[in-house]
Amino acid sequence: MSTVNNSGRALPWALVTPALGWTLLFFVLPFIAMGFSSLTAHEGGGFTFANYSQFFTDPSYWRAMVNSLQVTAIVTVVSVLLAYPFAWILAEQVPERWQRLALMVAVLPFWTSYVVRSYSWLLVLAQNGVINRTLTGLGLTAEPLQLANTRFATVTGFVHFFVMLLTLTIFANLKQLSPSYRKAAADLGAGPVRTFLHVVLPLTLPGIMVGAFLTFVLCIGDYITPQILGGNNELLMPQLVMMQIGRRGDFPLASALSIILMAVVTVAYLACARWLKIERA
Amino acid sequence: MRQIVRIASWIYAVTVYGFIFLPVIVLVLFSLQATSFPIPPFTGPSLRWYDAVLSDTRLTSALVNSLIVAILSSAAAVTLGFLSAWGFARFTLPSSALLRGLITLPLTVSYLIIGMGLLVLFNWAGLPKSLLAAGIGHVVINLPLCFAIIYSQMGDHQINIERAARDLGAPEWKVLLLITVPVMAPAIFASFFLSMTFSWDEFVISFLLTRFDTTLPVEIWNLLRSGLNPKTNAVGSLVFAVSIVLVVLFELTLLRRKPA
Repeated sequence: MSTVNNSGRALPWALVTPALGWTLLFFVLPFIAMGFSSLTAHEGGGFTFANYSQFFTDPSYWRAMVNSLQVTAIVTVVSVLLAYPFAWILAEQVPERWQRLALMVAVLPFWTSYVVRSYSWLLVLAQNGVINRTLTGLGLTAEPLQLANTRFATVTGFVHFFVMLLTLTIFANLKQLSPSYRKAAADLGAGPVRTFLHVVLPLTLPGIMVGAFLTFVLCIGDYITPQILGGNNELLMPQLVMMQIGRRGDFPLASALSIILMAVVTVAYLACARWLKIERA
Repeated sequence: MRQIVRIASWIYAVTVYGFIFLPVIVLVLFSLQATSFPIPPFTGPSLRWYDAVLSDTRLTSALVNSLIVAILSSAAAVTLGFLSAWGFARFTLPSSALLRGLITLPLTVSYLIIGMGLLVLFNWAGLPKSLLAAGIGHVVINLPLCFAIIYSQMGDHQINIERAARDLGAPEWKVLLLITVPVMAPAIFASFFLSMTFSWDEFVISFLLTRFDTTLPVEIWNLLRSGLNPKTNAVGSLVFAVSIVLVVLFELTLLRRKPA
């Protein structure tokens, strides 16, 4: 991008300083405050590492991180496996002029309120909700199944959201693929299955991984879905963080747990970035 | 073979559409329930729960709060994002890449952690919980988005128009207001509406940073404590309707750019 350099120094800085200042004041500074807070004692306020050591020594805290990682891993894998064929059908089987509409319809529920979407799943999965009433009505089960307030419910709520998100990213990926690759594969004698496995799939893999990473980041930091659908039977990390603030007003411990959560995401990012060679645009 | 793939594709697509729409259909259907529980059998249609929502002043004032926070925070985010995008796209600044990275950095951090940080900061600074605090948080999450969208749309052909205006003697502020803003209008509107939808739907930052006056998602959250309730369905359906309007506006502003 070409730039002009004939103006004085003052104007460009006047343009970018408000945004930079805002980011420093309300993003970087809070982060520093959280770092300091995490190193102070809840009672008395002296310097301490206790908030961090509590996480590593108390098994129930540690458990929340394990739960979070398990749920996130299950959600990411299931969402990708469900979304890929769906995106492929939209991109390959649906006539060109209907594709935009098909995609818009598919992501329509995406735009309901996030809180409401989780609540809607509660309606479906509750003890006397739609699924259980249908099952008992058809005589398939005698007793209603325990679907709500379980890990299954949390995973279902998450998968619902991320199938929509991943369908968008994978669809975009499939469309960007030049048709000449497929033509070349066909010319060289590959059937549709081989073309897909050896040409289409490898070429869309980087896009899938970016989508999967986005799923990981958004999923592991979310409080609403596990709180509404999973309940308090098993805690995930965001629930643990919110619990420190809500019940006990323990900001230092909540800060420490937030920083640990962010560290895990950062490690995942660095691992992914190296493995996938994601370059910042 | 091709026929089998076609049929299998149809079945799969219909199943996924069913999965995607199941909760929304259940939500809207049972918002029209005539009795007190949003569970089968369906007893409606009845608009009594919409009536209940619209006469609930806590919900209606939360709705107004949400709209005000969404509009003002989006306007602030777009203004800051546009000015900085213009600055970075048109002028050579030292360590420009690093500074642009700083502005987009909040995109990589979860809302929970951004909200926690602001809570700790405001708590130390002695600032009370308020809608203003939540609005500040919403600008933090939307500024990088607006910046990224507008910055990515600032191309070379626009520079030439600006250069022509300068050559004809327009001062910088006139170039900005009469040339750049109109030329960039689609990107500006798109980022504004996108920010509105994110702010409108945002829960955790508002939950952490507001107390008595709060936004609609937080008020809906409070409703959930009473368990399954058709009133919650009715609010949810109304929110859905508003979001759809915002999305359609967003689509229209994006489409307006297409013919060019």
